[in-house]
Amino acid sequence: MSKEQALKSFRWSLPLAIFVILVAFLWVGLSRDPREVPSPLIGKPAPAFQLAKLHAPKETLATADLKGTVWLLNVWASWCVSCRVEHPLLVELAKANIVPVYGLDYKDNPDDGRAWLAQHGDPYTASIVDRDGRVGIDYGVYGVPETFLIDKAGIVRYKQIGPLTPEALKQKILPMVRELQK
Amino acid sequence: MIARAAIAAIAALLLAAAAAAATKMDPVPPSGENATGMSALDVRLKRLETELRCLVCQNQTLADSNAGLADDLRREVRALALAGKSDDDIKGYLVARYGDFVLYKPPVKPITWILWFGPFALLAGGGAIWWVVLRRRARAATAGDAAGEARARALMDDSDHDNGSGP
Amino acid sequence: MIPELGHFALILALLVAIVQGALPLAGAAYGEPRLMALSKPAARAQFLLVVTAFACLAASFVANDFSVQNVATNSNSELPLHYRLAATWGSHEGSLLLWTLMLAGWTFAVTLFSRNLPSVLLARVIAVMGWVSVGFLLFLLFTSNPFDRLLPPAPEGRDLNPLLQDPGMVIHPPMLYMGYVGFSVAFAFAIAALLGGRLDATWARWSRPWTTVAWAFLTIGIALGSGWAYYTLGWGGWWFWDPVENASFMPWLTGTALIHSLAVTEKRGAFKSWTVLLAILAFSLSLLGTFLVRSGVLTSVHAFATDPARGVFILVFLVLVVGGSLLLFAWRAGKVGLGGIFGVVSRESTLLANNILLIVAMASVLLGTLYPLFLDALNLGKISVGPPYFDAVFYPLLAPAAFLMGIGPMARWRNASLPDLWTRLKWALGIAVAAAVILPFILGRWSPLIAAGLFLALWIVVSSVVNLRARLAASHRLGLVAKLGANSASYYGMLLAHLGVAVFIVGVTLVKGYESEQDVPLDVGQTTEVGGYAFKFLGVVPGRGPNYRALTGTVEVRKDGRLLETLTPEKRIYNASGQTMTIAAIDIGLLGDRYVSLGEPLVADAINGAWGVRIYLKPFIDWIWMGAFLMALGGFIAVCDRRYRLAIRRRTAPSAAAGAGASAD
Repeated sequence: MSKEQALKSFRWSLPLAIFVILVAFLWVGLSRDPREVPSPLIGKPAPAFQLAKLHAPKETLATADLKGTVWLLNVWASWCVSCRVEHPLLVELAKANIVPVYGLDYKDNPDDGRAWLAQHGDPYTASIVDRDGRVGIDYGVYGVPETFLIDKAGIVRYKQIGPLTPEALKQKILPMVRELQK
Repeated sequence: MIARAAIAAIAALLLAAAAAAATKMDPVPPSGENATGMSALDVRLKRLETELRCLVCQNQTLADSNAGLADDLRREVRALALAGKSDDDIKGYLVARYGDFVLYKPPVKPITWILWFGPFALLAGGGAIWWVVLRRRARAATAGDAAGEARARALMDDSDHDNGSGP
Repeated sequence: MIPELGHFALILALLVAIVQGALPLAGAAYGEPRLMALSKPAARAQFLLVVTAFACLAASFVANDFSVQNVATNSNSELPLHYRLAATWGSHEGSLLLWTLMLAGWTFAVTLFSRNLPSVLLARVIAVMGWVSVGFLLFLLFTSNPFDRLLPPAPEGRDLNPLLQDPGMVIHPPMLYMGYVGFSVAFAFAIAALLGGRLDATWARWSRPWTTVAWAFLTIGIALGSGWAYYTLGWGGWWFWDPVENASFMPWLTGTALIHSLAVTEKRGAFKSWTVLLAILAFSLSLLGTFLVRSGVLTSVHAFATDPARGVFILVFLVLVVGGSLLLFAWRAGKVGLGGIFGVVSRESTLLANNILLIVAMASVLLGTLYPLFLDALNLGKISVGPPYFDAVFYPLLAPAAFLMGIGPMARWRNASLPDLWTRLKWALGIAVAAAVILPFILGRWSPLIAAGLFLALWIVVSSVVNLRARLAASHRLGLVAKLGANSASYYGMLLAHLGVAVFIVGVTLVKGYESEQDVPLDVGQTTEVGGYAFKFLGVVPGRGPNYRALTGTVEVRKDGRLLETLTPEKRIYNASGQTMTIAAIDIGLLGDRYVSLGEPLVADAINGAWGVRIYLKPFIDWIWMGAFLMALGGFIAVCDRRYRLAIRRRTAPSAAAGAGASAD
């Protein structure tokens, strides 16, 4: 084939080539969730908070108190249906005593929150009340439940969007916890 | 010859200017009227909120959404504005928490260069193709005219090509 | 029984479609007239079967048969009859059945209006459309069966989405799909031409009316969607560059390029392979749109409920149809050869520029729509691309195309003279510039964007008038009526469509330039002034609809003390779903709308207390849809041109016949 002929057949094949590339992207896109918003906080310091505890409203818990430990922050609420799906996992996790789990009772009535924990079990070392959701906004919470893994220096290491799953715990979170606890 | 080159140069400059301007353009020109009941702050916030995305909705702006989180975020935006923060500060605040996803106008950075400059690059490419095609046809026209006349006399019956008539 | 009958009809339709696709194609390849002759009866049989299936589904909805899953999910016994009918296409499955019905309908139309098509071409066209039907029927039967039963039957349906309970719902999808699916005819013609290895002006002449009608329907469909969003969603917007809106706009842009390119191929035999590519592209974008809306890869208020299996199926279908056709194109397009010759300044060169601008605009919309997906797939994070991007990129791309609309019709075919064009058009240019500079001051506020928009609109109008005058002056006939009659329907269609574009531009420019929006807290009896109008809020009253409870507000609109209109915006709560809808009330006017909707009650006593009332002034907004309808009307008029109805012999007559009747439009 002469150079001019090659150029010509390249021209006719160009639309096909573009289409193939497009399909590759669409194929990958099928396995992605366009509504999932990744957290920009990964690798950054966990936003500071100081909030009243759910079970002891006169006391507060602050991020400063948790420096030096690896901990999980689980965002939950009594009105959240999906939270019930992940809750047994959290109760199990708490029993295994690997890592402390702190609960953020998000935009909830504290009475409802306490009642819910009484009914479903309380895996939290402590739960704090975020009545108006401002701490949630600081953490980039846009749905409930969400879970954050924070290291000894107070840096956010991982965010689980949606309910915790056994796979996520086994394959991602717990290995990271062990690594960070060293 | 010089005129054509000048036109090409001006067109290129305009293209580059349009590309640069588009990245800075405001989405909607400001309203001319302010009725009683809507302050300058409200107008400004409304416009800002049309550029922000409601994170829990199916593609709606923060201004139009009825979702709970949208209410909370509008409250935050208002509080920040009242505290004297600029539009860019407010956007930065939200981006720090939710990422670029929250902006309906994607920031101009290396991974969005193709997005912002692609259309104008395509236009320049299209213009180049247009020029090349025209030159080729014009060259073929002058080259083929003599041969064409001979062929036309021989092929009087062939009529797939309309010779064009009228304005 | 009826749903099973419908299901069976679909299965039969699939079998017939396979026959329709395979046998005529084989017949065309081997020159077997009897096989080719099967195409018409097969297509007609398929149409009847799909109509039967559709009628069965519609009947199930009308009869409130909640043992059919689709009816139980999307309807309700309190739903008024016309919405029960519209609910037939309110779901993913039902709308796919509508797609299939439209496709069968267009194929049927091709069998009716094809007396003059060579049998080989006709056989191929119908066969290609048959294969597309096969794909859709397979998709329906295997992943999206509208006739699935729900046993035991639900006692009551879940109700049609309140957003869809609206006259817009009854007409928008059918119009839209007529357009989307109509491009399959142009597509089939393109494939048939590639298969046959022959592409000439007569091919373009046959393709053209089909493409124009599809384009006109798509224009109407998109305009209806936009108007519907305007008065339904309650916030006065009419276009959001939402992925699903873009999915309909991209075929439209491509279709517009295609009808112009077909003009060149028909008149001058040029742009042949480009026209074929555009025809493939337009329908491919329709299919891509189908994929985007139903696969879940993009988020949209319009998206149907998604299912990964469906996404995969459509993608495979897309690969087969589009990939196959582009492969055929890569292989055969080169053989079609170079077409007519033309100069740097000519009608062809302006139409080529028009095409390039439209396709670049389409590519930009595609880029913006898919960019978040691209970045996500490459693990580069998630971004959003919304109206600020599209507005910034789209208008500068289309402005030159609008400018060319004034020049193109004036330019001669093959070789136009720039000095001649300048002489003819300089006054038009001057008038348009002067008016564009002065008008914004009169209208209230000057801005470069408003001036630019007005300039383009006026330029199109004035240059069209100049064009018409030149035509009439050049005509040898005597008397105005005779002179007007000398021009073809094609020509008037073009003028009207271009006028429609100008009207559209006026609407967009003035609404974007001068609209205002106010959120005003109003007590009962309180009045507020906006833009010279007085709005008096008279409180809300509770009420009931057939399937909802409502709070109906009353707002009186006055100008200079005179009562213009009493508006009744509503807040509705639908019984079955509990969803709340904000129904706006609009005082429609030629020069602008007054648009009022209820915000939220400001005190606990919603019935007697103050409310937040949203008042929008939308100058010239109805010009947007009027312009679109004019465009579509222009398209329909152009199709009535005599030359499409004249018997076309196999070898077209020499230029004498072509030149005398046909005008250079």
